[in-house]
Amino acid sequence: MADKKQHILLDHGGGGQLSHELISGLMLPAFRNDILAQLNDGALLDIGANRLAFSTDTYVVDPVFFPGGDIGELAVNGTVNDIAMCGAVPLFLSAGLVVEEGFAMADLEKILASMGRAADAAGVKVVTGDTKVVPRGVADKIFINTSGIGQIHAGVNLSAEKARAGDCVILSGSIADHGMTILLQREEMAFEARLQSDTAPLNFLVARMLAASGEIHVLRDPTRGGVGSALNEIAVQSQVGIRIHEDRIAVKPAVAGVCDLLGFEPLYVANEGKLLAFVAAPHAEKVLAAMHEDPCGRDAAVIGEVVAENPGTVVMETRIGGSRIVPMLTGEQLPRIC
Amino acid sequence: MTVNGKPAYSRKELAAAFAARIRDAVRRPMRLMEVCGTHTVSIFRNGIRTLLPPEIALLSGPGCPVCVTAQQEIDAFIALARIEKVTVATFGDLMRVPGTLSTLRSEKADGRDIRMVYSALDALNIAAHNPDRRVVFIGVGFETTAPTIAASIVMAADRGINNFSVLAAHKLVPPVLAALMESGGVQIDGFLLPGHVSVIIGAQAYLPFVQQYGIPCVIAGFEAEDILNAILKLARQVANGGARLENAYKRVVSFEGNPRALALMHTVFEPVDAPWRGIGTIAASGLKIRKDFSRFDARKVFALDVPETGEPPGCACGDVLMGRKTPPQCALYKRICTPANPVGPCMVSSEGSCAAYYRYHGD
Repeated sequence: MADKKQHILLDHGGGGQLSHELISGLMLPAFRNDILAQLNDGALLDIGANRLAFSTDTYVVDPVFFPGGDIGELAVNGTVNDIAMCGAVPLFLSAGLVVEEGFAMADLEKILASMGRAADAAGVKVVTGDTKVVPRGVADKIFINTSGIGQIHAGVNLSAEKARAGDCVILSGSIADHGMTILLQREEMAFEARLQSDTAPLNFLVARMLAASGEIHVLRDPTRGGVGSALNEIAVQSQVGIRIHEDRIAVKPAVAGVCDLLGFEPLYVANEGKLLAFVAAPHAEKVLAAMHEDPCGRDAAVIGEVVAENPGTVVMETRIGGSRIVPMLTGEQLPRIC
Repeated sequence: MTVNGKPAYSRKELAAAFAARIRDAVRRPMRLMEVCGTHTVSIFRNGIRTLLPPEIALLSGPGCPVCVTAQQEIDAFIALARIEKVTVATFGDLMRVPGTLSTLRSEKADGRDIRMVYSALDALNIAAHNPDRRVVFIGVGFETTAPTIAASIVMAADRGINNFSVLAAHKLVPPVLAALMESGGVQIDGFLLPGHVSVIIGAQAYLPFVQQYGIPCVIAGFEAEDILNAILKLARQVANGGARLENAYKRVVSFEGNPRALALMHTVFEPVDAPWRGIGTIAASGLKIRKDFSRFDARKVFALDVPETGEPPGCACGDVLMGRKTPPQCALYKRICTPANPVGPCMVSSEGSCAAYYRYHGD
């Protein structure tokens, strides 16, 4: 239909099917190379004897300040986490700022200070940067790009293709906090609830986990698209089936309430401080115990298992004991009418 | 019930107990229609079908507000968005619904001022803060949303916000149930009636329907257990030849409904013949803005010239809404019509039965 092809729609950036079409239809052909084609969260690079992870992400969150964080903290944690999910120790970041003319200097100072604190907390250095100012209306307040480099832990080899039948699926905590917090902050939302973004650096949690077991096969931070999309991608890339149990997936009551009101499924709402781990079953207890030692993994739980049946499919046992497919999301979730 | 502070039964045990009773009650195959889109979604999300005996078929009815909005009405929304200085405020679901040539989402990408809101009162605020814009709220939905939209019009009148109007495209539930029974080819043994709509109109609103057509009806809530309980009541009625109205959602649905909401609705709106997608025009099944409030009626404020159009060829949304076909029986389903590229609104709305089938592999 005419609607689909002529313009970029918001759904093209939503992480669902249209995003995938954009990547496979435009990006991959434009940049043809074997490393990009692996489509990991970050690129895995062999440079001499060093194994490095390299990742980039751009942050355009509106509002810029939100309960639990701000765009600066998010930009640091997001890239730190992408690198950590490659099984790497994040080391150096770059920061590129696009600022709208008229943006309050005090707000910029706050954001930069927050980036500095987040970098210190994650143990990374912001070592290079760039700033552009654009005329009023050309950008919305401030956009931030961060790229980062990390060194892959010795002997660690993680990839979304490595989930195996028999693996346990571990989730590090409650879901949907970040996405619903941002949604509620948008100006035209008339109701209030006390939600807070979960933005946090996960590299120390990952380090504990990798030290506890050499049998971690996949790590993934379920950001845009949520846990449901991340599990589907892993099921497809590893050609396995995934079974999860709804009653083991934590959603805070306030978050669940807002989701319910708007017709959103928490499984598809963004997280910024959570991870999924696929671990060989005999190692699951060890990994869980290590996670429980870390503030970001206190509520970690086994939420499911990898099976050989129905490769490429995620099935959930529901709270009442029924079962259903957890499909790939096809567009951004839209609030429903009633 | 709790024992030593813990629930005496887990949700799984409770659901299993309901399922066992439903199996005991079923004597023959039966087709039950859940009228409301929120029920459809709850049934899929909870995997309720996987707990039911094979004799029970659940059909999704005409209770998804986006799905029953006629293509011609969508075209009118798009025509409005193209008028200079007009800001269109709409519920999110409508953004992707295809009109004849475009969607609101695509119009927004083209630079039209289209805002997603969560209530008509949000749209009224946009109007109050943007006096140079003419803000039109698109009023779709059932008796559930109509009272708040009526309230926004009354408030606009009180506060003298004259750059606000509503394009009313509301639908009413009882008339479509009757139309369903009158149309040919529909075989339904019982209705699961909507919970939210019934909060407003009360159980009494269905009595004439139940009396006239002699069919089992149960008003149901939206939790999995609510739905299982209502299905059990329907199965028992069908088995015993019952034809009664039962209210299985008494914790919020009263016999009379909500008199204040109803009064507000009747102050602002009056019944009008309305077009339903794929079903056609049903007498007195919609709402129009009364004369006293016509300065807030977008149909009066703007000269909207929208040519009559049919539904897209091959789209079986009408048959799906009437329970004559399940989504996989539509020739376009999954082949041409997908959530990323929807032909009919049943594939667009998160509550549409085609989208629910597609997402949860209902076939």
